[in-house]
Amino acid sequence: MITKHYVITSVQGMHARPATQLVKLAKGFKATTSLKKGDKTVKLNSLLNILSLSIKGGETVSVIIDGEDEVSAAVIIDDFFTKQLKEL
Amino acid sequence: MKGVGVSPGIAIGRAFVIKKNAPATNGIVLKSQAEIAAEIDRFDSSVVNALGEIDAIKNSSQLMLTDDDIAILETQVELINDPQIREDVVAKIETEKKTANDALIEITAGIVALFESMDDEYMRARSSDFQDIGNRILKYINRTGDINARSFQPDTIVIADDLTPSDTITLDLNLVTGFATQAGSRTSHAAIIAKSKGLPAVVACGDELMTINHNDFIILDGLSGLVYVNPGEEIISRYSAKSASFRQQAEVLKEVKDKPAITADGKRVTLFANISSAEDLDMVHDNGGEGVGLFRTEMLFMDRDTFPDEEEQFGFYKKAVLQAKGKPIIIRTIDIGGDKHLSYFNLLPELNPFLGYRAIRISLDQEGLFMVQLKAILRASAFGPVSIMFPMISNVKEIRDAKLVLNKAKTALIEAGIAFSDDVKVGMMIEIPSAAVTADILAKEVDFFSIGTNDLCQYTLAVDRMNEKITHLYDPFNPGVLRLILNVIEQGREHNIHVGMCGEMASDPLATLLLLGMGLAEFSMSAASIPTIKNIMINNTEVRAKQVCRQVMAMDSSDKIIAYLKEITQ
Repeated sequence: MITKHYVITSVQGMHARPATQLVKLAKGFKATTSLKKGDKTVKLNSLLNILSLSIKGGETVSVIIDGEDEVSAAVIIDDFFTKQLKEL
Repeated sequence: MKGVGVSPGIAIGRAFVIKKNAPATNGIVLKSQAEIAAEIDRFDSSVVNALGEIDAIKNSSQLMLTDDDIAILETQVELINDPQIREDVVAKIETEKKTANDALIEITAGIVALFESMDDEYMRARSSDFQDIGNRILKYINRTGDINARSFQPDTIVIADDLTPSDTITLDLNLVTGFATQAGSRTSHAAIIAKSKGLPAVVACGDELMTINHNDFIILDGLSGLVYVNPGEEIISRYSAKSASFRQQAEVLKEVKDKPAITADGKRVTLFANISSAEDLDMVHDNGGEGVGLFRTEMLFMDRDTFPDEEEQFGFYKKAVLQAKGKPIIIRTIDIGGDKHLSYFNLLPELNPFLGYRAIRISLDQEGLFMVQLKAILRASAFGPVSIMFPMISNVKEIRDAKLVLNKAKTALIEAGIAFSDDVKVGMMIEIPSAAVTADILAKEVDFFSIGTNDLCQYTLAVDRMNEKITHLYDPFNPGVLRLILNVIEQGREHNIHVGMCGEMASDPLATLLLLGMGLAEFSMSAASIPTIKNIMINNTEVRAKQVCRQVMAMDSSDKIIAYLKEITQ
């Protein structure tokens, strides 16, 4: 299991557009991925659940990745939070 | 009736009312496992059909979808397919023995209520997206026909409770001249689409809007938010004229967009825009803005729980600098206090907040926070032309102290080997009367002044601009205010520093010639006002502006001044 922490760098936070991209990424992994903000944890395969966390710019979230391809999944998720998110 | 105008312009035409039948529960209780399985099947196949419908929209060659449209549709696909929604619906069918129809209506209502209660305006506006998703699937559960097939007559005004993403994408907006919605806000989907398509639109009209019938004659004013239903002759002719002049005006303004702001006798003036985030720069480029005269940084600090660190601030400023594509940006350091508060920064309630602990006073008091902001701004200067501006300077010590901290920030960056531009200009806002009166002293300290007329006016006239009882006293054409402005501009010229203006007055067409005559070099305003002001410059001369200035400065009251300026601006 891999756990990573990210500060959301886009000013708008986790809006529908980046959240959609994230769900699409997560669906491509064999590993189970979840997103944690505060004491709430949700599965990354549900856009509804991600949006319901109402993640704003500047907030910190954790991603938990668990499964056989967790190492390669973590690299892709890392790229999403550190690079792609700013452009979406 | 009146709503909120979200996209300016006048629309005149016939109403096309879109009434969505509110989904109703049927209250049926399932009696057997077979019925339960059938209802789950019904839900699943409805999801497949709803997805098929989106696919058809995505692949349609007629609709000419933009990248934004595609992104909206992809979000819808994920939501229709959402495993959490399915899990909840199936649980309701299995344990509460409800039909797929009732289960979905209840689950959707719960999600909509959840998002409506969020503290973030963007997330609240998403509640209508979830209603849209629910309705899309429901339509197939109940097999009511296709609600998307709509053809319009020319000059149609669409009247609806709200317009969802799927509505606006599938509506053929070419024949629509405007729309009005019962619900919605400035950030709702309907408002965003209207602005991007240049259609006049009014949202949040309330329940009264749905009393409009098909083919009612409608006039809609997207600026004031007024909606007239079957108006009389007089209103029709007034608005027809208004609409014609608006269109004509729009044409003229489009023409001046790419022209430089030069008077007929060759005086070049700089037209800048005021922005709050990188996103505003599209509008600046669209309206021919030559740069940013005021980048308010407060937005970065508001609606959050902690101070943004240097990295985050750097990212925010850098994004704007890159988005400006080489045009200069004047970044103002934080201006909190007064009417702007931060939940995580303990500002005690004050008797006179506008005369209290705010802006540069906080920055100089909290040097650590100030350093972080200055370092982040300096780092952004490596990516394009950046100037730094300090707000609320009232005496020479404050500006000297602010520059000392700026030098400390530069030293820290140099020691850390971090790049920044060696040509960052330093300026200050002139918004306190003492600063305006001592402009000759302060001019020796900075590279530029920017006159903030809103605060300058309120402080000079002792008028709280938030107090509705005394708004008539808030008057930028008061001779006292005008003399201060003139002094600042003249002292700037005397000491060879650049003088701009970033308050409301810079975008007031009545004040344009007067300020030009005073010798103001840079006007900074909301991007949408730039073409109007530029048009006035192009069609006038500096010689005339100087005459106007002489006349005005000899007058004894703002009534006379305003009457005179109205007369000559016609």
